[in-house]
Amino acid sequence: MNSSSPAVGKPFDPAALYKGLFLAIVVVFVATPLVATLLGGFKSLGELRTNPFGLPQVWEWENYAGILRSPRYWILLRNSLVISSLTVALTLIVASMAAFVFAHIRFFGSAMLLNYITLGLLFPAATAILPLFIKVRDLGLLDSYFGVVLPQVAFALAMSILLLRRFFRDLPVELLEAALVDGCSYINYFRYVTLPLSRPILATVGTIAFVNSWNAYLVPLVMLNSDERYPWPLGIMIYQGEYSSEWHLILAFITLTILPTILLFLLAQKHIVAGLTAGAVKG
Amino acid sequence: MLATVARRSMQSGKLTAIALFLPPALLLFTIFVVLPIAEAAWYSGYNWNGFGSPKNWVGWDNYRFVFETRAFGLALRNNLLIIAVSLIIQLPLALTLALLLAEKFRGAVALRMLFFMPYILAEIATGLIFSFVYDGDYGLLAAIYRQFGAEAPHLLASTQTSMLAVLIVVVWKYFGFHMMLFIAALQGMDRNLIEAARIDGATRWQTVRLIIIPLLYPTIRLSVFFAVVGSLQLFDLVMPLTRGGPADSSQTLVSFLYSFGVMRMRVGFGSAVGVILFVICVTFAFTYKRWFMRDE
Repeated sequence: MNSSSPAVGKPFDPAALYKGLFLAIVVVFVATPLVATLLGGFKSLGELRTNPFGLPQVWEWENYAGILRSPRYWILLRNSLVISSLTVALTLIVASMAAFVFAHIRFFGSAMLLNYITLGLLFPAATAILPLFIKVRDLGLLDSYFGVVLPQVAFALAMSILLLRRFFRDLPVELLEAALVDGCSYINYFRYVTLPLSRPILATVGTIAFVNSWNAYLVPLVMLNSDERYPWPLGIMIYQGEYSSEWHLILAFITLTILPTILLFLLAQKHIVAGLTAGAVKG
Repeated sequence: MLATVARRSMQSGKLTAIALFLPPALLLFTIFVVLPIAEAAWYSGYNWNGFGSPKNWVGWDNYRFVFETRAFGLALRNNLLIIAVSLIIQLPLALTLALLLAEKFRGAVALRMLFFMPYILAEIATGLIFSFVYDGDYGLLAAIYRQFGAEAPHLLASTQTSMLAVLIVVVWKYFGFHMMLFIAALQGMDRNLIEAARIDGATRWQTVRLIIIPLLYPTIRLSVFFAVVGSLQLFDLVMPLTRGGPADSSQTLVSFLYSFGVMRMRVGFGSAVGVILFVICVTFAFTYKRWFMRDE
């Protein structure tokens, strides 16, 4: 856009002004709650009431330090990390194996089976949450990490398999033919050719699975019932219940729990944006 | 001879690969996705608290109870409200921002990232942040009201305003996602058409209205699809804000299922709600794909 760049000798451009004003309003709308949460964690409760927007007059590092010293915060993070890592690993392994078969091997019923899995895109886990609870209970997995992980993996499969299959199919088919003629088995081809070539899509699928699992609330809420296995979204709701109106502590706790997400986002924004939008578009 | 041997081993290689690679996905999917929804249909015919096996057959009664519950009607209304706000406010906002931020200028990428950030935050964290924003004593909104010497409203505590408060958070959290969808589409767009229009003397507004927006129709349809599907799943955000209250004024279908089915362990009733939700999701997905997304 050459015409709208701030050219010298153009004293006033109302369109640019409106544009800037509009963007500024949206920035304030988006950023204010986030910044106020971060700063609120540094204030005393009294100051929070009189000065919710500004910088703290006295920086109360103790709010954050107290939480960081408590084992509770670290237990929550550990649980979330275990559940999310297991979910990501299992999703990637199970989905990429199935996607490989759907991409490269034609057999009787393959189209039908793929359609069957695609059904999973149509409805959220919430629709079947009660029978899911009974199923997990009957399998003896209630209140265990796997009681949360397995349903999460199952519900992530449809989207993951579709994304991976599309990518696998786009890899040069001559490669597979040559390898098969040379006596390489499908399984070795998958292990030594497909997977190493598919790092970008594995990163994308893994990122979607991670963010969804890290943020998940309903499935862990129904499947877990002891504090020591709660992931952070459950733990923070309990924390809020206990400290009901000590907002300075709750805000510090919120900040510390969303910090890993924000750091991950800043580090891997390319994969996250590509993953979450592409995952959505191609579904 | 050699070729047939090679082919035969290739055939058996195929079978091994199928036999090893497919069952884990099929098993997991069947056990944790397909069976539960089928069982929901079965359980929904019983009055059952989840212990022992379902024996007390009640036919369609659970469905009748669902439709007779006042909160269910409110939940349905609220889900429709969320869809309406997504279409009338969120979508135009996302589209406008995408048009502004798809251009290259200093800070455009940073703004995109900032606007996308709410989308990756957990719904629970977002809900808690906004229950602080709305808090009548300590909240940001209360502070603004006090600046003007007015009494702060307790938005979340009134049946009149609780849903409004939820809707604002929905827009705050999800517009960035839709904006990113539009930006991706705009960047994949053929610049020549737009250049040609410019050369032919089209104004900026004409270019947007007559060329860019028609080219974005597939993305707009997709964005609408996600807005509806997202509304049908909305739960995590509502829990920290209102838990569906006060007096069920901010229930969504899933929060209704949770508070009336799961919390009270009424398996039959909750399964009936699940089946209704399932039917809504599937009907919507198929109709929408058939009517609006035929070419994609």
